[in-house]
Amino acid sequence: MTPQAFVDFQDVWLAYNDELLAQNHFAVEDINLQVKQGEFIAIVGPSGCGKSTFMKLTTGLKMPSKGRILVDGQPVTGPLKISGMAFQASSLLPWRTTLDNVLLPLEIVEPYRSNFKQKKAEYAERASKLLNTVGLGGYENKFPWQLSGGMQQRASICRALIHEPKMLLLDEPFGALDAFTREELWCILRDLWTEQKFNVILVTHDLRESVFLADTVYVMSKSPGRFVVKKEIDLPRPRDLEITYTPEFTDIVHELRGHIGAMRQTGATINQ
Amino acid sequence: MKQKTLERWAPWALLVLSILIWEVLCRAFNVSEFVFPSPSRIAQQTIEFKEVIAGHAWRTFWVTMVGFGIAIVVGVLLGFVIGSSRLAYAAVYPLMTAFNALPKAAFVPILVVWFGIGIGPAILTAFLISFFPIMVNIATGLATLEPELEDVLRVLGAKRWDVLIKVGLPRSMPYFYGSLKVAITLAFVGTTVSEMTASNEGIGYLLISAGSAMQMGLAFSGLVVVGAMAMIMYELFSAIEKHTTGWAHRGSQGE
Repeated sequence: MTPQAFVDFQDVWLAYNDELLAQNHFAVEDINLQVKQGEFIAIVGPSGCGKSTFMKLTTGLKMPSKGRILVDGQPVTGPLKISGMAFQASSLLPWRTTLDNVLLPLEIVEPYRSNFKQKKAEYAERASKLLNTVGLGGYENKFPWQLSGGMQQRASICRALIHEPKMLLLDEPFGALDAFTREELWCILRDLWTEQKFNVILVTHDLRESVFLADTVYVMSKSPGRFVVKKEIDLPRPRDLEITYTPEFTDIVHELRGHIGAMRQTGATINQ
Repeated sequence: MKQKTLERWAPWALLVLSILIWEVLCRAFNVSEFVFPSPSRIAQQTIEFKEVIAGHAWRTFWVTMVGFGIAIVVGVLLGFVIGSSRLAYAAVYPLMTAFNALPKAAFVPILVVWFGIGIGPAILTAFLISFFPIMVNIATGLATLEPELEDVLRVLGAKRWDVLIKVGLPRSMPYFYGSLKVAITLAFVGTTVSEMTASNEGIGYLLISAGSAMQMGLAFSGLVVVGAMAMIMYELFSAIEKHTTGWAHRGSQGE
């Protein structure tokens, strides 16, 4: 509602193609969402509810069929270079070392692209520093397949952050990791965010993850893909892993779980 | 360690064993050398005609290499076009498959009409038979990019070209080297087949003329020489592949 919203969805609908549009079959519907500068939001919901579609809309990889999207006050008309993305699969390039993988965005995005060759040493320095903060110092010259799954995911997050984006989009980035590694990476993400204050849009189906990390959690329903619940998480920051064992935390997770459970039931009756 | 040494020497052991059995059978049943010469007879004739064979072998070798070189250029370019555009893929692929199904030996008479007897038909037959696997493999490597990775790059403003150069090409390199190994052996087949009817030089010509002169030992040594050349080139590309795209073979390095 505030005019200075960083990400502003105004009544956004998306159908994947004209045929589906003619049938009024939308992947996501009626999305109204305002994200403040530096806010960490999480989107939870059952699989196939259009969470990833929402990400594509935010980054400008897809254009809405109806409505409009403003990011940083500007209407989104194409791929948004101020964003970095990371996915469940780390999708690092196996023929590049960890360092070169992290440097990849700088070879593509301006203004780094044009002076990449001259300033390579400086950029490599920067990448090393970033790798160091996520605990990958000393692994610069290892290849991705020499790293564990958690390490690959850290490198993938570094790759998303190397060009200092204003917005970080994460699509179930910790989904494939074991519980301990996942919690470790929550803390790394929390620290990076606390330090740099970029916007984060985290898509996940782990409710504890969303509550631990986010300022605001949105619950999405499946077909139609809509935002049904907005929940501000007012747990104090900085948050420590210990907080996940407090009753306040559990209550919030429980409440969100209730919303999703209710949705699943109505979904089931519709299906029958 | 022991297992590895064993694997390394296994093909040689098998080769020696086969030659021994062949030799023994030829002697035991007293097979006429005009029907099926024994290995010792082949070796004897190889040494006797070594200069002639070497001349023909050199001719076959460089003709094959020229044809193969053209096949790499054309195969990579076509594969690049097909792999980077869905429309081109849809348009070209079915036609190429149909073309590949034609026996390349059938082209030789036509090529003779166009280029006369000599290196022309041989080079072109080697090219025609060997560019297809190269093209298909480059195209496959390019066309099977992970969509997430493409999103990561596109959001940064990467053009299609950037994605192809930074990701597509390196990714298709293992496929490319794999195809070279197949293609080089095919190229030798192409050259030899063409030389059999459309040349006065080369191993193919040697096979035909030795056969018609009932020099069976010589004909067999021609076969051995082609086989050896193809195998050496195969091993060469195999070694290049391992050195340049080690990341794709990490499972088999066993270290």
